[in-house]
Amino acid sequence: MLALERVSYRYPGAPRLALRDFTLTLNDGEVVGVVGASESGKSTLALVCSGLAPRSIGGSLTGRLLVDGDDMQGRPMHEMAAHIGICFQNPTSQLSQVAATVFEEVAFGPLNLGLDRLEVARRTTSALEKLGIGSLAERDPERLSGGQMQLVAVAGLLAMDPRHLVLDEPTAQLDPAGKRLVADSLASLARSGTALLIAEHDTDLLAGLCSRVVVLDTGAIAYEGLTPEVLADERLTEFGIEPPSDVALRREVESAGLHLDLPA
Amino acid sequence: MVTAAAAVVLGGVFWPLVIVLGAVLIPASIAGVLPTLLRYSILFSLPIAISALLVNLFFFPGGQTILFQIGPISATAEGLSFAIEILCRIAAFSGAITLFYLTTKPTELVLDLERRGVSPRLAFVANASVQTVPAMAERAQQIVAAQRARGLDTEGSVWRRFRGLVPIVGPVVLGSITEVEERSMALEARGFTRPGKRSLLWFPPDSPLQRIFRWLLVVGLGAIVAARAAGLI
Repeated sequence: MLALERVSYRYPGAPRLALRDFTLTLNDGEVVGVVGASESGKSTLALVCSGLAPRSIGGSLTGRLLVDGDDMQGRPMHEMAAHIGICFQNPTSQLSQVAATVFEEVAFGPLNLGLDRLEVARRTTSALEKLGIGSLAERDPERLSGGQMQLVAVAGLLAMDPRHLVLDEPTAQLDPAGKRLVADSLASLARSGTALLIAEHDTDLLAGLCSRVVVLDTGAIAYEGLTPEVLADERLTEFGIEPPSDVALRREVESAGLHLDLPA
Repeated sequence: MVTAAAAVVLGGVFWPLVIVLGAVLIPASIAGVLPTLLRYSILFSLPIAISALLVNLFFFPGGQTILFQIGPISATAEGLSFAIEILCRIAAFSGAITLFYLTTKPTELVLDLERRGVSPRLAFVANASVQTVPAMAERAQQIVAAQRARGLDTEGSVWRRFRGLVPIVGPVVLGSITEVEERSMALEARGFTRPGKRSLLWFPPDSPLQRIFRWLLVVGLGAIVAARAAGLI
């Protein structure tokens, strides 16, 4: 279980808090979505959850980040990495650049942990299979499509064997085919029991994956709840978020005085 | 390294040329990279070769035999002779380095260095630096295309080309800095900053024959230094 208790965070030199009094619990195997307009604090939340803020980027943090009830304060980043993985939106900047094949790229993290070679190979194969990209193992990671590259980045995190994965707009820079590829793989990952926290603009993606959604506004929770309720809430557009296409379609139809029955 | 060091130790023209032929050109020909080696090697060493030639030809201290004069400065035969010696050493240096670059995969080199105890961070920096070059070149090409599409003049006079550099260099450098920041965070999130040794998935084979050959090179260099010091060559 990953929990944030009354967490506030300020970037170095910033005049105001980027995250304010934020409390969230991500239970084992749960998938929680985070939506919000640009600058609402989604990426900051991802950095704080992963431990990179403030360990890597500096700044000041108050409140507590707990993994299975243990306070993570003072733990080094490589220890955090074994509990929580983070995936950024740009697939190219997440690759190590030193691996000749996808297999080596995915194995990069476990090798950093100093694990035995056989264990590294087992974890790497398992991560590739979980995401359905075993066929890419011998390919050059720099020569993949955006969607495939993003999956390789996620596989690299999975091979670290974290129980929680934080994804910061994982499909933002992908074409529709890449988005579908990542969405399908995330769905299968969620079914396999990995807890996911997904910060995303694309409410269609969240509607298909998440059990709960949190709406962020200027670094604080505006409201939260079960996915269908939050994404169908009229207030969503006030926070600069487009509702999922089924909700938008229903509204259009209803505003035309018609009635639409969509499957749940 | 041994090739370049031997060329410097031996000096003169004949032996460095023998070394270039035996340790650079013939191996490059066998490896099938001779034309590329010649092109890269010349490009790599041309600026320093031209400056070495001009400085020694015209400003060699104690040069007596004047070949020709340009205004107040004279080109001397002694200067030319010394410049040719220097050029032979430069050829050995650039040839050896280029041959190494063309025949060694950076990943394999780094894995081998790591296996021999070099810090993983140092090895990573060395490897990533080499791998970053094509990525930056690709990014620069994209930015040039984007800026040209917005009317930037990258052709024409030298001055116009120079002015065109500014809106290209800025995005390339700033974009790379942003990417480096994100990449370093991604590396941290993958345990890269963990202290201690990392494991290696594989490393290049190192046969007894290769080891013997490497030691022979080192012993050979030692012999050359000793022979030179003793005035035998």
